[in-house]
Amino acid sequence: MLSRTASSLYWLGRYVERAEFTARLVEATVRLDALSSRPAGEAAWASALSVIDADVAFAKTGEKLTPRNVARFLTLETQHRGSVVRCLDAARGNAKAVRTALTREAWSAINRSWLLFHGRASPGDTQATLNLVDQAQAETRGFEGAIGRMMRNPSSWFIRLGATVERADNTARLLDVKYHILLPEGEAVGGAVDRDQWTTILQTVSAVNAYRWLYREGLKPWFVTELLILRRELPRSLAASAEEVVLHLNALGKQTGFQGEADRLARLRHARLGDTKIAEVVDGGLHEYLEDFIEENAAVDQAIARQFRFV
Amino acid sequence: MAARAFDEIWGTGGTAKPRPEFASLARWMASTPMAELERRQQSAEATFRQLGITFAVYGDDDAAERIIPFDIVPRIFTAFEWTRLSAGLVQRVEAINAFLTDIYGSRRILADGVIPEDLILGNSQFRPEVVGAPPPHNIWSHICGIDLVRTGPDEFWVLEDNARTPSGVSYMLENREAMIRLCPELFRQYRVQPVDSYGDTLLETLRSVAPAGASDPVCVILTPGRFNSAYYEHSFLADSLGIELVEAADLEVDDDIVWMRTIVGRVRVDVIYRRIDDDFIDPLVFRPDSMLGVPGLMAAYRTGHVTIVNAPGTGIADDKAVYSYMPEIVRYYAGGEPLLPIVQTWRCREPKALQYVLEHLPELVVKLVDGSGGYGMLVGPTATNAEIETFRAALIAKPHCYIAQPTLALSTVPTLTEKGVAPRHVDFRPFALTGTKGVKIVPGGLTRVALRQGSLVVNSSQGGGTKDSFVLADDGEAAG
Repeated sequence: MLSRTASSLYWLGRYVERAEFTARLVEATVRLDALSSRPAGEAAWASALSVIDADVAFAKTGEKLTPRNVARFLTLETQHRGSVVRCLDAARGNAKAVRTALTREAWSAINRSWLLFHGRASPGDTQATLNLVDQAQAETRGFEGAIGRMMRNPSSWFIRLGATVERADNTARLLDVKYHILLPEGEAVGGAVDRDQWTTILQTVSAVNAYRWLYREGLKPWFVTELLILRRELPRSLAASAEEVVLHLNALGKQTGFQGEADRLARLRHARLGDTKIAEVVDGGLHEYLEDFIEENAAVDQAIARQFRFV
Repeated sequence: MAARAFDEIWGTGGTAKPRPEFASLARWMASTPMAELERRQQSAEATFRQLGITFAVYGDDDAAERIIPFDIVPRIFTAFEWTRLSAGLVQRVEAINAFLTDIYGSRRILADGVIPEDLILGNSQFRPEVVGAPPPHNIWSHICGIDLVRTGPDEFWVLEDNARTPSGVSYMLENREAMIRLCPELFRQYRVQPVDSYGDTLLETLRSVAPAGASDPVCVILTPGRFNSAYYEHSFLADSLGIELVEAADLEVDDDIVWMRTIVGRVRVDVIYRRIDDDFIDPLVFRPDSMLGVPGLMAAYRTGHVTIVNAPGTGIADDKAVYSYMPEIVRYYAGGEPLLPIVQTWRCREPKALQYVLEHLPELVVKLVDGSGGYGMLVGPTATNAEIETFRAALIAKPHCYIAQPTLALSTVPTLTEKGVAPRHVDFRPFALTGTKGVKIVPGGLTRVALRQGSLVVNSSQGGGTKDSFVLADDGEAAG
């Protein structure tokens, strides 16, 4: 496989994952707004922007921080790289560059998602926004399904590798941001606002039911944190992502006959997460832990680029 | 055009009585409601759009990506018609390859005074860089698309040769897929020869011309990249053949060997099917500003370490002034009369021809000898006086740049229009593959249709569309 192809497939995986995550983020924030016992207020939408590092960019637009404006910005703003439309643009650009490595179904799914968003002005009201992100997720799931049916070969592994690296990054950022703004001044720990915020996090990583299956004691921040970092049962957890990265690299290694630095880093991380207890994480500072994780994830990403000669 | 054009289904008698071989197609058209035909056509186009079978029109901001309109009424060749066409195409392609071997080698045809020397040696497409370095097996144009037009049941004319980088085969294949899906009943009525062997035949062709000693030849398609207007076809072909689609950045030449950059290191390349013009393939030899080419590629080629398909230097066969000598060229190398005539052509570089052309501009089609895509062309009968005068000036200034041909009453095929099914002019591009086992013509090709009433311009870049082209397996229809 050409190195350039591998690079495009990897980034295709990352961008589709990023698009889906951002869509889920919007959806979860809309629900928080609509369903919480008290209006979520600016904080919820501000935090959504923080998760994908878009707070500064949004401030620059000069728009008011309203649900409608932020929802539009996160889904349709062509001037911001992190918006869903831009992520799908980038995904499609990469897909186009490596069409020969994709099945028709996979390409069609990307193309359809892109067509959904391309040229749209505004998601409209809340219902329309929910419809749009619903559709987006349906298409990205379709993409995932199409990838699953591709031949088990480097093409599909590079896509999944990219998606998994991105997923780890997204979950870490989500937890990091939400943890800090979770409790505005004057709100009580364990109170209604607190509970809604944690539920939003779970919603974004589709873990609401998973949580209830694994933890019988009711919603507690400590357990949500543990679920998202250490529980491999949850596909979006950091531990599950770390494990998956190792699996995909192993599959590639078997195919190519080579392993390298990326394999080594990935395995170390996976082993360490297997040994970590949540108490250690919280004692050492959740924020510091997550920052370190994000940096280490970036190192894995760079090692992958070097190992497979992306450039 | 005073006389009614020949319609491939209806003949010349209007829509009263179809030609006998096409009675069942006529019945199919009559019995399928317009709305249904339109629905199927839109379904095909929606699929093409979903699949991203688009092309980019240069200089057109708005239509950054367009699909080529597809018309659902097929045109049909009987087995007998096809046999005769094939023979003519094989003869022509063999003559083209013999001609190229000769002009880049001993130049007998020039010594014998059959063609003016300066037309060849002074031609911008003549590549001195390949003189004395013939391609393996003396095959230059491995993939040749010959544009044909028809004016009567047995009157076929070669309009143009595309020996360098012919395109359109992906549309031939995708159109067939669409027709099978949308009009399966037609394939029960007619025994249509399949075209899906094109990929296998092409791969076999590429492998057959690999350098000697390459036991399991590595073949690649070299593309300018995804912003090229024909990129879809490049990726489609690479996919069909199961070979890598590379860009210049993926290749490097070391020790006169071509290598491609893969995730496990570099891999040697034996055959390059390039969809890039000679001018751009090697900045060390041709245009130094080309970012699309591979430095050192020509050195590897001349050393014989890599085969380039189609060979560098082939472009001169596309020259329209050379085309005007094709009857002489075929006679010279094939030793017999050309089975496929060319359209009458006036070479404006000749004073008498120029005079005739200037006196008859409103009746003629005038083309640049090195033009393509239908650009830079004058269609006399539909041009304004101003356009004609502009062309007159251009002709007088640089007569050697132009040739002229009469406007032909191109055959028509029923086509879906806003006002129902109506005749529209078509041309035809079959594809000939030449490897060590000889010339193979896929039973089918690209039919291009001019969608505007009366228009003769079929090029996709100027609003033309395509149709599927059936070649029947034997004469007569399968079932009544």
